[in-house]
Amino acid sequence: MIIPPDRLGRRLAKDRLGVNIMAGATLLVFLAFLSFVVLLIVKSRLIVFRYSLPELLLSSRWDPVNHTFGFFPSILGTFIVTLLSMAIAIPVSLLTAIYISEYLPKRTGKYLSSFIDVLAGIPSVVFGLCMLLVFVPLVAELAQRWFGIETTGMCILTAAITLSIMVFPIIVSLAVESLQALPREMRETSLSLGSTRWQMVKKVLLKGAGPGIISAILLGFGRALGETMAVAMVIGSRNTLPDSLFSAGQTLPSLIVSSFGEMMSVPEDQSALVFVALVLFLLVTVTNVSAKTVNNRLRKKWRY
Amino acid sequence: MKYLEEKVMQFLMIGSTLVIVGSLFFIFIVTLYRGGGTIIRQPGIILAAPGPRYLLGGGGGFGHAILGSLAMAIPATLLSSLLAILIAVYLQPDYSPPRVSGMIRSFLDILWGTPSIVYGIFVLTVLVFFHQRGSVMAGIIALTFLELPIITRYIDESLTAAPRDLKEIAYSMGLTRLEVFRILLKYSASGLVAGILIGLGRALGDAASVIFTTGTASTIPKGLFSSATALPVIIFQQANSFYPSVRDHAYAAGVFLITLILALNLFSRFLQQKISRYRIQESK
Repeated sequence: MIIPPDRLGRRLAKDRLGVNIMAGATLLVFLAFLSFVVLLIVKSRLIVFRYSLPELLLSSRWDPVNHTFGFFPSILGTFIVTLLSMAIAIPVSLLTAIYISEYLPKRTGKYLSSFIDVLAGIPSVVFGLCMLLVFVPLVAELAQRWFGIETTGMCILTAAITLSIMVFPIIVSLAVESLQALPREMRETSLSLGSTRWQMVKKVLLKGAGPGIISAILLGFGRALGETMAVAMVIGSRNTLPDSLFSAGQTLPSLIVSSFGEMMSVPEDQSALVFVALVLFLLVTVTNVSAKTVNNRLRKKWRY
Repeated sequence: MKYLEEKVMQFLMIGSTLVIVGSLFFIFIVTLYRGGGTIIRQPGIILAAPGPRYLLGGGGGFGHAILGSLAMAIPATLLSSLLAILIAVYLQPDYSPPRVSGMIRSFLDILWGTPSIVYGIFVLTVLVFFHQRGSVMAGIIALTFLELPIITRYIDESLTAAPRDLKEIAYSMGLTRLEVFRILLKYSASGLVAGILIGLGRALGDAASVIFTTGTASTIPKGLFSSATALPVIIFQQANSFYPSVRDHAYAAGVFLITLILALNLFSRFLQQKISRYRIQESK
């Protein structure tokens, strides 16, 4: 059957229209993204020009009323909290991932990892809520009893533990995925040479799945850096340099939440908050991009 | 020696699995137990409008927050799904050269990773620029930013994973690109649905982007430009309250939110099994 030419013309016209709409939508979103970055930069220019950049980043005096903005406590706090949470999360989640993928029977492992996936959907405020109302008093009491330290329990340690619980599911599910993508023969060869399971994991699988695992860790790191509400609820929001793990602190996202109400009226203060958002955006983006690059690089280098 | 190492490592692995499952379960159970009790005792608070001085221990419920959450998350999901489908199809090699699509994909990945609070600040800055107050509309825009990369990447992946044969057969029948992709979208419907529902779940659970853009009003939202609040935002406020009764409401709201999101999650898993209607059945 031959399609009549006018109908073909209509179909082609529809096709062209479709292309234009799709390209338009893509362009629109791209421009929105561009304006997003440009606006953040433009808005934070005010404060960066008025004060020098090292002064902003390295001074530890935070006193918006007197126009003194030192972001050092919150930057330091961000790194301490994030690194501490990763120090907890990395070993625990990797061991769990190995256990799920290499030791448990396939069915059980599948159920367990989908259980973890489902619970990963719990919103961060709920994590914050439970930690605030149940865990914070516990930390306060234990710190008092074991170390003799007076604390409200809203402290850097609590924030780090909260974050590590939130990061577990991310690292576990990505690591399980990259372990299970490895070919069966790898395991069989290693086992047939007389190694135990753990030796097989340690010497063979971890190298094979290495790129995936490293990028899983970096993605978890990026998530932990940007996590806002849960941290803001349990960290205690204090803009001074922390003196111990049990003292209240501040991270960049929690700084935004805790000081936004009083600070949006004055343009300079507003610019300070936008600057914090920009720094946060850059930190997270660098982490995520390096996760991707490391993955690609190592995948070429560590190929068997 | 190596057997000892094996034993020790196995012990550690079981331990850490228990830690993870236990801690996630702890969050789940604590919320369910504390909040469930409150809901059973006063089921009215889910739907009730807040009284005056609600957060100071006054009467009323958090119905306005639920309404606000739905009024923002659903339009945002519709808007971003529409854009996501267009962009995801455009990313396929039939439409754009690999260099362009690679660039768009990596910028979508950057957007995906961006903390939601940064979107909140962005939309807030735009609002301040136009001398506007926080509104439902602003919340929808912030949530659209949040959801768009997630949904787009899901649809993109499921379109890329569709078998080449299907595409080639469709083209060889003389179909135009648009018609081919209508078939392909049907084929990858399960990825589409998964992406949309995951985006919706994220939007419902996100507080950081809403708290700056929509605000913390304690009234029933009246329209697109009225101020409102969302469920996670009110949980955040309630949790910081000095009044035990308000903190109990936080758990109740938490239970409602978790139930909603877990139900979405299960619904998505269920749907994915159902809609394999357009899949080519593999011959056995």
